[in-house]
Amino acid sequence: MSTIVRDYSIPANDFTIAGEASSSVRKLLSQLGVSPDVVKRTSIAMYEAEINAVIHGNGGKAHVEIDESKIYICISDEGPGIADLDLAMQEGYSTAPDSIREMGFGAGMGLSNIKKNSDILYIETEINKGTKVNITVFFSK
Amino acid sequence: MKIPEIAQLIKAEICTKNHDPDTEILSACSADLMSDVMAFSKSNALLLTGLVNPQVIRTAEMMDIKAVVFVRGKKPLESMIAMAEEKGIALLATDYPLFVASGKLYQNGIRGRGE
Ligand SMILES: Nc1ncnc2c1ncn2[C@@H]1O[C@H](COP(=O)(O)OP(=O)(O)O)[C@@H](O)[C@H]1O
Ligand SMILES: [Mg+2]
Repeated sequence: MSTIVRDYSIPANDFTIAGEASSSVRKLLSQLGVSPDVVKRTSIAMYEAEINAVIHGNGGKAHVEIDESKIYICISDEGPGIADLDLAMQEGYSTAPDSIREMGFGAGMGLSNIKKNSDILYIETEINKGTKVNITVFFSK
Repeated sequence: MKIPEIAQLIKAEICTKNHDPDTEILSACSADLMSDVMAFSKSNALLLTGLVNPQVIRTAEMMDIKAVVFVRGKKPLESMIAMAEEKGIALLATDYPLFVASGKLYQNGIRGRGE
């Protein structure tokens, strides 16, 4: 299998279509016959990162590469960046306003959910430049 | 427990048309925060929630959740019903509050996480 590449844009502040990119990738993985467990882990990790780009990063982009052994996802935005990444990774830490919590997000569980469900997680972030969340999930371990 | 039995038990209206009546629901998660739902790992699950927005359907999709129950008399929007039907997710609506709806299901054998 040659590498499959997909790119998606993630519009800012649009809660209706937030998750479209993750939904497309989920369908693609299922069609490729990837095991349901891997599809689920990938979906959770990507969806949380996509939602973060929407609610914290003013929207952004998703770049996806799939080969025979793994899926690599990069969710990038040009938002405010994360000042203290170790703090942000802690369960329950959130700077989301109440308006976001009323939408069901902002529990401060997103980054830890991403970490739990990915095999490799690498976050690059710079204040006022943006954030890149690099996620890799292997198809078999 | 199958979806029509669940509907009967919690006096819920089934809002979607195309769910599979033979889907066997074994476990459930009650939450208004979607990231809490995403920390829930069981399969063949049902979600009970008081939150009504498209991200509930999205979350159910990502989690392989087969059915969502909206509690306290809340009704899913038309756009959410269409989205759920496209993904084969059943949507139910009950007047019971979250605790009571959850309790009735628990009493009838549906289980949660960590037991
Ligand atoms: N893409 C991002 N850009 C800027 N800040 C972010 C981004 N992703 C996460 N953060 C920061 O990290 C915190 C924790 O993120 P997360 O664990 O997903 O929780 P939540 O999204 O529920 O707040 C956020 O509240 C926010 O301050
Ligand atoms: Mg988040």
